[in-house]
Amino acid sequence: MKIVLCVKQVPDTSDIKWTENNTIQREGLESITNPYDVYAFESALRLKNKYGNVSITALTMGPGQAEEMLRKFIALGADNGVLLCDKKFAGADTYATGKTIASAIESKISDYDLIVCGQFAVDGDTAQTGPSIANFLGIPQVTYVKEILEYSEGSVLLVRELDCGVETVRVKLPALICVLDNDFEPTRATINGIARGQAAKIERYGIDDIDLGVEQAGLKGSPTYVSKAFRAPQKQVECEFLTSCDDLAHQIKVCGGLCE
Amino acid sequence: MSKGILIYSEISADEYIHTVVFELSSKALELSAKLDNTPVMALLIIRPDLINSYKEAFRNCGFDKVFYVVDERFGVYKNDLFAEAAIQAVRQIDPEIMLIGATCQGRDLTPRISTALGTGLTADCTALDINEKGQLAATRPTFGGQLMATILCKKYPQMATVRPKVFKPTVENVTKDTAFIKLSVDLAGFESKIEVLDYTKKAVAEINTLDSADIIVAGGKGMKNEEGFALLKKLADKLGGTVAASRVAVEMGLASKDVQVGQTGKTVSPKLYIACGISGALQHTIGMNSATKIIAINTDKNAPIFDICDYGMVGDAFEIIPQLLSKL
Repeated sequence: MKIVLCVKQVPDTSDIKWTENNTIQREGLESITNPYDVYAFESALRLKNKYGNVSITALTMGPGQAEEMLRKFIALGADNGVLLCDKKFAGADTYATGKTIASAIESKISDYDLIVCGQFAVDGDTAQTGPSIANFLGIPQVTYVKEILEYSEGSVLLVRELDCGVETVRVKLPALICVLDNDFEPTRATINGIARGQAAKIERYGIDDIDLGVEQAGLKGSPTYVSKAFRAPQKQVECEFLTSCDDLAHQIKVCGGLCE
Repeated sequence: MSKGILIYSEISADEYIHTVVFELSSKALELSAKLDNTPVMALLIIRPDLINSYKEAFRNCGFDKVFYVVDERFGVYKNDLFAEAAIQAVRQIDPEIMLIGATCQGRDLTPRISTALGTGLTADCTALDINEKGQLAATRPTFGGQLMATILCKKYPQMATVRPKVFKPTVENVTKDTAFIKLSVDLAGFESKIEVLDYTKKAVAEINTLDSADIIVAGGKGMKNEEGFALLKKLADKLGGTVAASRVAVEMGLASKDVQVGQTGKTVSPKLYIACGISGALQHTIGMNSATKIIAINTDKNAPIFDICDYGMVGDAFEIIPQLLSKL
């Protein structure tokens, strides 16, 4: 089985600093691997360890520095890395990102069985790019995957965790799945793995390599655009500090509508 | 020319129209008034025997038109089948705006529709408006909820998803002489690649308690351990409320992801939200700042949670909650 693992670097949003003009201070903003993509990787790696004869190609679209993330995944057990890197990819919304990644998979990887993505990225949190890739490739998708139960010839059996229930589905391959968080013990790189990651050749493709027009990629290829960005407004209330538990209990009763 | 605001009407597994549909219709009526009363419309993908039982609800919520597509196979949601039906239907309806609830089904289905139609989709909007050029201005949080972005779309339909509970449903009935229009789509040769083998509804204790709770007692990193969350549970039980958690607390293994409130969790709007040991990062507060009243307990008097709460107490929740329990 050939797996394509779609991953992404995201800014570490837990540590954002603001400039005086209420814009995000981008200098010094650390990049991390999207946590859900790590869960996606762990799921793919479990398949590889369980069935053998499984290859994992880690693919990302991003700046040159994203190569390090791909090397890390190879150190942990992925087989290859593909970096889609071109200034013309910049500013893409989920539609143009889906189009770009689908074009790259079609023109460079064509032979694949399963595409594995994280369910969300913690920066944009749209959950749209995976389904968009699947649609451009014309393959089925299964989102909210909690567990991959089994792989048998031509299909995978999956558990989905939804708002109100848990669903077991079988999907025919090739297919794309989006993976939720899981409890897998994070894989640690071995010395050999790290050496393999550092030595690996990362395939690097730009817009001319993947059969995509300039008007189809990046900001130009995006149907949506940001007209305005601003700091999230804060609720304007004056906190009344209480010092006794009697007062606190009283306010809880009043605010909670529990007074007789 | 594209016309009207179309709302995807999700049918839940137990055959109810999802409540988010009526939250969206309430907002759509507002938007329609700014677009020369463009029609407010619904799209139902539904088993043939169910359509009649829903008509009343649509008439009472101000829908001008309800388009529906029927097939025996629509009793069970499958992404590829529903996407195919929806894509064909939306092409025929040709709306200028399409709104969808950001439920599991909505988030699963909608990106396939928008991609197939070659248009954009803005996820998890917290505000929708019509700008001076008559475009849908969709505002959503990004960067972990710290930055708000207003997004416009160059193509039609302009599509947006909105989480449940972000907008309020219309309070009064807006009865209209709703037209029910059956659309025909070609699915004769369609074979789904997805087979649903089992669906188990979660126990009531595991779901929706956050959505419907009047009182939520939430814990963050400051609740430290299982004992801390056991205290929150006692307080919640005493108040007839339910327990929620911040992302950090979920990551620490103190609570299930199902009860996580915030940008990567749920959006809630209870009467009272009691935040214990939660510092109040925007990532969290974006999911709860529409609570009617917020009370915070935190050891750090400078914690940002005190900037958004109505009442605060500086101190250790491990000491305060047991005292509260004896006074409530």
